[in-house]
Formats: sequence, C-alpha cells, structure tokens
Amino acid sequence: MIPLSWYMALAAILFAIGVCGFLTRRNIIIMFLSTELMLNAVNLNFVAMSHYLESMNGQVFTFFIITVAAAEAAIGLGIAVSLYRSSRHTVHVDEINELKG
Amino acid sequence: MFTQIFFLYCAVMILGSALVAITRRNPVHAVLMLLLMFFHMAGLYISLQSEFLAAVQIIVYAGAILVLYLFVLFLVNIREEMKIDSLVDSAWLGRIISAGLALILVSIIPAFVLGEKGSWPVERIQELTHTKAIGLEMYTTYIFPFEIAGLILLVAVIGGLVLAKKDNTNQTLEG
Repeated sequence: MIPLSWYMALAAILFAIGVCGFLTRRNIIIMFLSTELMLNAVNLNFVAMSHYLESMNGQVFTFFIITVAAAEAAIGLGIAVSLYRSSRHTVHVDEINELKG
Repeated sequence: MFTQIFFLYCAVMILGSALVAITRRNPVHAVLMLLLMFFHMAGLYISLQSEFLAAVQIIVYAGAILVLYLFVLFLVNIREEMKIDSLVDSAWLGRIISAGLALILVSIIPAFVLGEKGSWPVERIQELTHTKAIGLEMYTTYIFPFEIAGLILLVAVIGGLVLAKKDNTNQTLEG
C-alpha cells in the first residue's frame, strides 16, 4: 500500500515544475502546456485523496477539471493563433506588450 | 511491493518528462514529452482504482488537447523559434520562486490529516465498477455542475471559432 503522502509529494513537485515552466518560458503555447502540468498535478491530488477518503467527490471534481482544461486549451490556443496572425507574427510573451491586438 | 515499484516508475517518468517538456527548445518535443507524462498519469490513476478517469485522461488529454496543441504549433513558425533564446530574461527568478514553492508544499505535507471517510469504499466501487460508481455520483449529486460543464464547453467552441477565424474587418477598411 502506497502512503497518501507519496502522491501528495509527487503532485506538489509536479505543480512546482508547471509553475517553473510558466514563469521561465517565452513561448505562450509552452506556457499553456505548463498550465496543463499544474492542472494534472491538482487532478492527481484529487484522485489520490478521493481514493484514500473513500469518497467519490474528488473524482467527479477531476472530471470537471478535465472539462475546464479542454475549454481553456481551446480558448487559449485561439488567442495564441489570433495573436500570431495580428501582424507581429510572434507568440513570445515579452514581445507582446500592448493590448491593441 | 509491486505497486510501490510501479508508483516509483510512474513518478520518475512523470517528473522527468515534465522537466524535459519545460526545458526543450523545440515546442513539438515539449508536446510529445507531455504525451508521455499523460500516459504515466493514467497509470497512476489505475493504481488508485479509478480506471474510468484513466481512460478519460488518455482520450481527452492525449487524444484531444495535445492534438489541438500540435495543430496550433504547426500554424506558428517553429524554425524561427529554434534560433532565439527560449527563456525570458528573468528566468532565474522564476526558478527560485518555483523551487521555493516546491519546498514549502512538500514540507507542509506531514501536517495534513485525513478527514472523515465517505461512503464509497474500494470494495463497493469494485462491486459496481468504477464507471457506474462515478456515473451514479455525477448524475445525481452533481447533475447541476454537469450541465454547467456542458455550457462551458459550448462557450469554448464558440470562443475558439470567434478568436481563430480570419479577421476580415481590417482588410475591408483598408481596401
């Protein structure tokens, strides 16, 4: 039997890796990927705790998080495409410094 | 013993592929590394007796979301991306912040106390099968959030279409 703290430690470190990727990369698409890493870390925590608490709530919540992650990916990547199209041809966050589109 | 080895293997692969994914210069390699991570995450879900979520993880994350990422990556210029520095100027600050966050999060784990047990022990889930158990919970207790999730997906479909469609208004103004 694996102790719950192993899962929680793995999720915490994975979340920190996601934060690191979000803060250090220039490419906005990789930043969205890092967000997916963080969401997966949270999902792992939810499923592990739901298993050890003998309750279904965490797993239903994970299902909703996956739904929201899909919606977020669609919207975020749509924004990335329209940013790239709008004359500057870049997806780098430090070059996109005005909101005029 | 076998479950521990399986957990450690999945943990090492998840952390390793996540680290490689955020450090590779080529975004396509990052997406493929994330695919590896999602599969091992599904393995961990199976080790937690939630096989339906493992299937959803592979179908939705690996099958749908990552393909969306790959399509968008092919729309932007990757060749140019390979030439320039892939990190922002203050990358060391981000690394310090995330290392501190990991340290804090891991160090407070021993203080966590498991709460009261719910009404779904593993034997009951195994008797009903996991898919039926999660369906029972979702379509009774969580029916209203489930409807809202459908609405969120509708918003995502319309928003994605509106954002990504070719903008003709500027051309008509100029021409």
